[in-house]
Amino acid sequence: MVDKRVGSAAEAVSVIEDGQVVLISGFGSAGSPVELVHALIDQGTRDLVVVNNNTGNGQVGLAALIANGQVRKMVCSYPRSTFSKVFPDLYRAGKIELELVPQGTLAERLRAGAAGIPAFYTPTAVGTPLAGGKEVREFDGREYVMERGLKADIALVRCDTADHRGNLTYNKTARNFGPVMCMAAKTTLVQAREVLPPGEIHPEHVITPGIFVDRLVEISDPVQESQLIADERSYP
Amino acid sequence: MTGWNREQMAARLAQDIPDGSCVNLGIGMPELVARFVPEGREFIYHTENGLLGMGPPPPPGEEDPELINAGKKPVTVVPGACFFDHTDSFTMIRGGHIDVCVLGAMQVSSTGDLANWSTGAPDAIPAVGGAMDLVAGVKTIFVISRHVTKTGAPKLVERCSYPLTGPRVVTRVFTDLAVIDIGPDGFQLVELAPGVPLKEVIEKTDAPLGHP
Repeated sequence: MVDKRVGSAAEAVSVIEDGQVVLISGFGSAGSPVELVHALIDQGTRDLVVVNNNTGNGQVGLAALIANGQVRKMVCSYPRSTFSKVFPDLYRAGKIELELVPQGTLAERLRAGAAGIPAFYTPTAVGTPLAGGKEVREFDGREYVMERGLKADIALVRCDTADHRGNLTYNKTARNFGPVMCMAAKTTLVQAREVLPPGEIHPEHVITPGIFVDRLVEISDPVQESQLIADERSYP
Repeated sequence: MTGWNREQMAARLAQDIPDGSCVNLGIGMPELVARFVPEGREFIYHTENGLLGMGPPPPPGEEDPELINAGKKPVTVVPGACFFDHTDSFTMIRGGHIDVCVLGAMQVSSTGDLANWSTGAPDAIPAVGGAMDLVAGVKTIFVISRHVTKTGAPKLVERCSYPLTGPRVVTRVFTDLAVIDIGPDGFQLVELAPGVPLKEVIEKTDAPLGHP
């Protein structure tokens, strides 16, 4: 009987090792797996390369992970935030690396990595500084830049419902990078608001097939990162 | 007071979006366009964080932190809306499925180059988001912007001095003074805002301006 449930966020993240590449779902605060990230802070794993659309908000979640000195490098499309100075301050001080990737190229690099495609060509960023040093090739009279597929060791993803086999559904725009990150990591750790027995999610309604999920933890009343920020909370 | 204010610029731009278009609005002034859909037309709004059929902001107290737009502000959905993940969303953008995108600008060149993501200053935190994907993939790129910067420097220039978002991508520019096309011979005047003399637009444009 396939059952991917584990007892706690701490148990889920216990597989993460120093120096690994970690994908973290979410767009701003929506879909951010706050409980898993906080468990990773408790665990103290260091020297991580983190992939997220942004760089965290306030003093919780990803921003707190960065503030705690656990992240060597961020791969993201939009590292500025109205609500966080953590990343900008460290970046200006030369204490954290940044790889800036256009948002669609970031999603496609993850999709390619997940699908076993080592590289692809896109017109996005041609003629801009973000194409610097990359191969440019012409197809049918238009220039395209080569981008590499992106594979990761770990994904931390928040979903809405899951079943024991790891089939997932999401809630509204909290879906964002969740499905593609589940696919692009060797080991995918998911926090679900509700974990159901197999069969309780209609097969037609599954968004992420369970094959892409390794460990599941039920966080039945997850915090909203936006609420923690509104309350000016910090972690730890 | 001559020329268009922000709302009038947005209303003028909305006149040029065909009925039934799928439209992506950038953050800031472009968002105003949604308030001026011309009578009898319907636009379907796409937001790159995974929603087609975005509606207006919710009433206070009804915000949902998991229902936001690309500017990370609370929104609603209209009947017939759908959610999807980032790869589907950027397939819509990069594959040419979105009809119109409205963006702000720091500079637009006479060949349609757009600069709107970075000043290139050494202490700036570079942040591009989805802008480079949008200009590379969306068929029609409309720019809405003041004609000159706060310090009076022209934003319509012969060649952009800031790092590009994309080369040869802008279709039409809507400013407080005029509507201007990027034509085969450079900037081409389409329409002057009420009370604005042609001479003023020519003076405040740092490249030749074709006009009837």
